[in-house]
Amino acid sequence: MIKYNFVKNNLNIMNNLNRRDFIKISSAATAGVALTWSGTGFINGVFKEETTPLSESLATKVPTVCEVCFWNCAGWAYLDRKGEIQKIKGNDNDPHSNGRLCPRGTGGVGMYTDNDRLKKPMIRVGEPGKQEFKEVTWDEAIDYIVKKMKKIESEHGKESMALLHHGKTGPHFEYLFEAYGSRNIAEPAGAQCLITREAGFIATYGAGLASPEPTDTRNAECLVLIGNHIGENMHNGHVQDMSHLIDSGGTVITVDPRFSTAAGHSKYWLPIKPGTDIALLLAWMHVIINEEIYDKDYVERYTYGFDMLKDHVQKYTPEWASAITTLSAADIRKTARVMAAASPKVIVHPGRHTAWYGDDTQRTRSIAILNALLGSWGRVGGFYFPEKIKLPHYPHPAFPKPKWMWKDYTKKKHKMAIMGITNIIIDHALPEYKGPHKIKGMFITATNIIQSIPDVDKTKRALQNLDLVVVVDTMPTEITGYADVLLPEATYLERYDHIRTSHHKIPNIALRAPVKKPRWDSKPGWWIAREIGIKLGLEKYYPWKDFAEVLDWQLKQVGSSLEEMKKIGVKTFNKKEALYLNESEPYWFNTNTGKIELYSTDFAEWGYDALPVYKPKDEAPAGYFNLIYGRVPMHTFGRTTNSPNLHDLRGDTHIWVHPKIANMYGIEPDQEVWLKNQDGKISTFPSKVRITQRINPNSVYLPHGFGSNSKKMTRTYGKGSADYEMLTNVKIDPETGGTGMRNNFVTLLTENPHKKL
Amino acid sequence: MAIDVNKCVGCGDCVVACQTENNVPLGYSRDWIMEFVKGDYPDLFLHFESQRCNHCEDTPCVRTCPTGASHVIEGGIVKVTHDECIGCGACIEACPYDARYFHPDGYVDKCTFCDHRVKDGLDPACVSVCPTECMYFGDLDDPESKISKLLKERENYTILPEAGTKPQIYYLK
Amino acid sequence: MEKLLATDRNIDYLYPHVDVWGFPISSYLFLGGLAAGILLFAALYYLLGKEKDMPFTVKIGPLFAFPIIVLGLFLLVFDLHHKLYVWQLFMTARAVSPMSWGAWTLVIVSFFSLLWPLSFIDSIDEYLIKRGWSKMTKVTEYLIKLEHKWIIPHFIIIMFRKYRKFLAFVMLIYSIILGIYTGILLSAFNAHPLWNNPILGPLFLTSGVSTGSAFVMWLSNNKKERLLMSAIDMSLIAIELFFIVHMFMGMEAGAEVYKQAAGLFLGGEFTAVFWGVFVGMGLILPFILEALELKGFHIPIVVPAILILVGGLIFRIIMVQAGQMSEYPMFP
Repeated sequence: MIKYNFVKNNLNIMNNLNRRDFIKISSAATAGVALTWSGTGFINGVFKEETTPLSESLATKVPTVCEVCFWNCAGWAYLDRKGEIQKIKGNDNDPHSNGRLCPRGTGGVGMYTDNDRLKKPMIRVGEPGKQEFKEVTWDEAIDYIVKKMKKIESEHGKESMALLHHGKTGPHFEYLFEAYGSRNIAEPAGAQCLITREAGFIATYGAGLASPEPTDTRNAECLVLIGNHIGENMHNGHVQDMSHLIDSGGTVITVDPRFSTAAGHSKYWLPIKPGTDIALLLAWMHVIINEEIYDKDYVERYTYGFDMLKDHVQKYTPEWASAITTLSAADIRKTARVMAAASPKVIVHPGRHTAWYGDDTQRTRSIAILNALLGSWGRVGGFYFPEKIKLPHYPHPAFPKPKWMWKDYTKKKHKMAIMGITNIIIDHALPEYKGPHKIKGMFITATNIIQSIPDVDKTKRALQNLDLVVVVDTMPTEITGYADVLLPEATYLERYDHIRTSHHKIPNIALRAPVKKPRWDSKPGWWIAREIGIKLGLEKYYPWKDFAEVLDWQLKQVGSSLEEMKKIGVKTFNKKEALYLNESEPYWFNTNTGKIELYSTDFAEWGYDALPVYKPKDEAPAGYFNLIYGRVPMHTFGRTTNSPNLHDLRGDTHIWVHPKIANMYGIEPDQEVWLKNQDGKISTFPSKVRITQRINPNSVYLPHGFGSNSKKMTRTYGKGSADYEMLTNVKIDPETGGTGMRNNFVTLLTENPHKKL
Repeated sequence: MAIDVNKCVGCGDCVVACQTENNVPLGYSRDWIMEFVKGDYPDLFLHFESQRCNHCEDTPCVRTCPTGASHVIEGGIVKVTHDECIGCGACIEACPYDARYFHPDGYVDKCTFCDHRVKDGLDPACVSVCPTECMYFGDLDDPESKISKLLKERENYTILPEAGTKPQIYYLK
Repeated sequence: MEKLLATDRNIDYLYPHVDVWGFPISSYLFLGGLAAGILLFAALYYLLGKEKDMPFTVKIGPLFAFPIIVLGLFLLVFDLHHKLYVWQLFMTARAVSPMSWGAWTLVIVSFFSLLWPLSFIDSIDEYLIKRGWSKMTKVTEYLIKLEHKWIIPHFIIIMFRKYRKFLAFVMLIYSIILGIYTGILLSAFNAHPLWNNPILGPLFLTSGVSTGSAFVMWLSNNKKERLLMSAIDMSLIAIELFFIVHMFMGMEAGAEVYKQAAGLFLGGEFTAVFWGVFVGMGLILPFILEALELKGFHIPIVVPAILILVGGLIFRIIMVQAGQMSEYPMFP
């Protein structure tokens, strides 16, 4: 019994503090202990190395804001006894994470520890895309960039430089570009992701949604997801909110051709035919209007164009939609009534990545209209009015005014392009572009546009036509192969960035402070931008030496300081404006009519459909399947597939195939297949097949972010097929210029098409 | 511990959190997630189970351990004393849940219910990070604890009860 | 129903089934059983007073038992993943852990297996010379010299000689325990339905004793001894076959997992090797050969003996491998 007592003594603290003796020691185990004799406890105690993890209350912790995805949760990085990063956990006061990070945030330390990271500045010596570089010093690299920029400036003007960026690195370079005199700036988060949704909501409510979306899901009774795979898409707040809703007995209705995780947790799953969502939305409107179960007071008081909408949807009966969507008319009616019964505590979720079919603004507008009919905008359990803390800019001289910028060549065609459109900037870099707005040099920061922007061959042609390509990144992704100059950025755990000031229910600010020194010769984004700026002769825009000075100054303007924020990580503020519609006072929406525009007056003026119309999409050719791409919960696109921790969690991907199709092709589980799309494009790498009932027999599902073609990404190189290679048929959304990417179809090749005979 | 399968989305956060909390070497894991799909398209059911050592009441692993390295501590948590373990593998063979594995250093490693956190009054790492809050950890002997109430209110099941080990992780239906 | 691991857990010895124990453990069990058989016969025939009639069984055979056990223990330690801590095995005795009491049993048995033949060391020269192993006498002489030099071993051996009858009795019991242990080690695992049946202990004991008898019959030069062993072996084989049939009947009558376990041998992937190689070549064929020899046909005794020994080893390899594959259905 000596040994047992020894163990017991070690743990009696636990007894006193927290009795969790919820499992009785079984008689067998007790007998086992009683029959044990041992005197080794003492010996072990002496030689034992301390392996128990350091207690959270004793560990040093540094505040950070996660950069693994763009929900940007605030958290703490805990250091172990050796001063290395032990773990990253959510900050309890952070409204984005509520103290709980998702797997990617928890595994974020892998971004830092990954030994495949870019280590030194490099200048390309080989063919574009081949990843052949020579290492140079920072001075050499930046001198090279500045020399090239001056040359472009003398030949084409400063305006010919463009910036494609993503994440928190972006603002440092946006500042550099604005100080330099170019505003050809865009991020894939717009045209490839949520611009269409923003446009749809702005046209309806005069307000966009931004991130995090102001959905009051925790107070809702019904949540409708249109192709939105929350649970696989791990945007933290969404997932937490949906879980809350399920817990409190709320209803989830999921519309998805695939039995997504969200569908698995839904009361109603509508397995819709891909591309027919607008038909369903119109039929829902039809039911809600004709059965008069819409929020009449709300519609009358706050909306414009109801009668026009009513007339418009008369022909869109559930029976009509049934033939298009393959859903039953009864189900369409039933779910419409379920929504209406929960009104106004119902959210028809706007989604996030909505660049699907090229009529996406109209689809998201349908969603916005439906929400208006249900009276959920500005209501408890619907959409709340978020608020953001405005941090003043650090004082700087006025920026020069460029002669032309992205708006000049984007807005004419796409009136709702509220931000730069990546694919249009790329069009202007193509050799065949002969107009006045030529792009000749490009900075690409923290975004792998090879994977994120569709029609990759076009992107590659544009890249090769540029006089200068500068890539700033942490990992040797595919895009780095095209860089003339490749600059290694420090990861989010090694740098300061701008304070996170998000639109939220609870106004808040959050600090990202460096947890560790940058590994190798990598540098923070702000440092890189500043060095380039100074060599370009823009010293007057950089009166500070360290970005910490900027942050401290900014924080002091809102009654905090860098010192305070280092201790607390997140600071919340009281909301000044009402969280919901104050129905006792008039409310002016930021639209032409001052009302929620069910009928969009802007769209009517600009020649777009003022009321949404269903337009049939391309049908799959015989033997081809709809390519539905999406996410796995443990990865943020290709950003994380090489992360040691997250690769360990899911290192490879499967393409989902229905058993009927697998049978037809004679495919075994886990067999490798290559993909060929309708334009004859063949995937470089095969994917293993998951034969599953979760996908409909007309589609295949392929998680995005796999199939990296960069050999320097040693873990993830060649694992899985890349969906981006299949996206050659791109339909441009007329309102915004967003890229509809779901009009692509693939067939499965069981023989290796790349094998040399 | 109780896990609500209606809320779990199978994201794997529990697995990463355990790895970083407990220095579980890459390539190994103390917990994992199973996915179950039943039915035919479109009549389908899906659920995920986050699985780990069940800290059974009847512990075949402790019974077969020749050195006493595997033992049950106060509170019913099954643990392995690393430097008493000879790495014979008997407990791995004994566990019907495959919850144990050889640490690359040779000894057998497994879930500890993060007893080092529990004694500080914290939840185990997996429970504390779960974004869906689908996991509950608490005192089953205390009828007033949240977990006891949940188990009383809701239908639940354990994994492989037929193996006779009286597992102590309950899945809420 | 689709069932899959949603997070990678690429621990190759856990998926798709446990594969922790391999050839070293199978061999360890085989060698343990063999040593048990050899010592059992030595003790038994000593107690029956057949020391003179069966010199190989009683005196010479046990000479091999000690190296066999040491080899077994070496394989066991070789299989440990935390080898430097092997001493922990002997810091405790846990009756509920077969691995623990097995290790202790082995220590005790190895003690006997060393001292038993040593106690006869002064009376085997004649036998060795007769068999033409006269070089071995040099070793025995050296050992005798050593024995006289060191007082404690000398004393123990003296004591051993004095109380040989009592010790033979203890050795008989311990060799049976060892034989059963080789089976119990496996049958203690509920998690593997194939192993988890009470017949495995007696079956392994019988098989071990049978390999012991085969060993004696192979190396003995005494016709009578060989024929007796042959006869004993035949009955052991019969018992083994009875146990095997019984084991599968029991499993077939059990729960689904047990049926699946039995299925590995009844149509599953081990069917051919189990029934063809082990039962056919390792039990029935030697049985027939032995029967023929008893009938007076001239069969080189080495053939059935080797068949039984190899069969015994294969049996354990199959049981260890198949047992690990028979699991409760946790993973796809």
